[in-house]
Amino acid sequence: MTIDKFKPTLVYTIYIKSTPEKVWEALTTGEVSAKYFFGNSVEVAERIGGDFIVRQPDGALHISGEVVEYDPPRKLTVTFNVNWPALIEKLGPTLVSYEIEPAGDAVRLTLTESHDRPLSDDILSGGRQGWPAILSSLKSLLETGHPLVVKMAPPTRMLAALKALGIATP
Amino acid sequence: MPRPEFVYVSYIKTTPERLWEALTSSEFSKRYWFGTELRSDFKVGSSFALVTNGATSDIGEILEADRPRRLSYTFKHVLKEGLRDEPVTKVVLTLEPYGDVVKLTLTHEGFTPQSKLLDGISSGWPAIMSNLKSLMEAGEALAMPPPCAEDKQ
Repeated sequence: MTIDKFKPTLVYTIYIKSTPEKVWEALTTGEVSAKYFFGNSVEVAERIGGDFIVRQPDGALHISGEVVEYDPPRKLTVTFNVNWPALIEKLGPTLVSYEIEPAGDAVRLTLTESHDRPLSDDILSGGRQGWPAILSSLKSLLETGHPLVVKMAPPTRMLAALKALGIATP
Repeated sequence: MPRPEFVYVSYIKTTPERLWEALTSSEFSKRYWFGTELRSDFKVGSSFALVTNGATSDIGEILEADRPRRLSYTFKHVLKEGLRDEPVTKVVLTLEPYGDVVKLTLTHEGFTPQSKLLDGISSGWPAIMSNLKSLMEAGEALAMPPPCAEDKQ
C-alpha cells in the first residue's frame, strides 16, 4: 500500500535502556506486549503485506491491519485500525510507525501516528492519551522488569466525537 | 491561531512528592539533565537558571509553585546565537497521581512560527524526561549523549 498521503498527527520519542533487538521483540511479541499494552497481544507477520493483529485479553479482535514496512530491528510500520463498526469507513486507516535507533548505550524509540485525512483533536485525543501510557510502561518493563499499572478508559471527548459520527464503540 | 508548543506526557512509578523534589533539586537535576543544574529556590517571583559547566544557557522566573502539583516558569534561551533572540517562552509541569504512578505533563509554549528553539527543545525534552523516569524507577539515568536537533533528519 502507498503511504505518501499520510500525515503525522503524533510523534512520541522515548529513550530506553535496552537493545534494539529487545525493543523490537517487545513491539512484535504477544506475550511481551500483553504486559505493557493494557493486556493486549500483538501478532505481526514477518513480511510486508502480512497481517498485523491486536487481541484483547479475552482473545477478541481489537485492532487489525497490514504490515507496511518490516525492517527488524530498525523500523516497523503497520496500519492500525481499531475494530469498531464504521470506524474505518468514516475516519480512514490509521498508520503507526516505530523507529528504533541506538543512542549511546540506550535506544531511541520514536512512535509516529499518521492519517490520510484531517481529523479533529477530539478524535486524535485517543492516541495522544494512550501512547504515552503504553510506551512509558514498555520502558519500565524493559528497564525494571515491571510494567506500570495505568488504568485508563478512552477519553470521553473521543467517544462523544465517534458517536456523533455514527461510529459504534464498546 | 494558537502559537506552536511542545507537549510531552510521561508516566513514572513514584510519588508526586518525590517527583517534585527531583524537578526542583539542583544536585539531582545534574543526574538526569545531562549535567545541567537547575538554579532557583522555586518560590514564585524568584529567578530560574539552567547552568551547565558554569555556562548559563537559559533563564527565567518562577510563575507558579504549587507543590507537588504544578510548577511553571518563564524560559528564555541566552547562550546560542540564532536562538537567544527568540522571545520568552513558558514551561508548565503538572503532576497527577494515577494509581501508583504519577502522570507528568510538560508543556513548553509560546514559540514563534518557525522557531529554531522549538526544534531544539523538541529533541531535548524527551531525552531529559526519559532520563528522569529511568533515574526515579531504576536508580540510574541512561548512558547516552545529549541529543541535538541536527540528529533528526
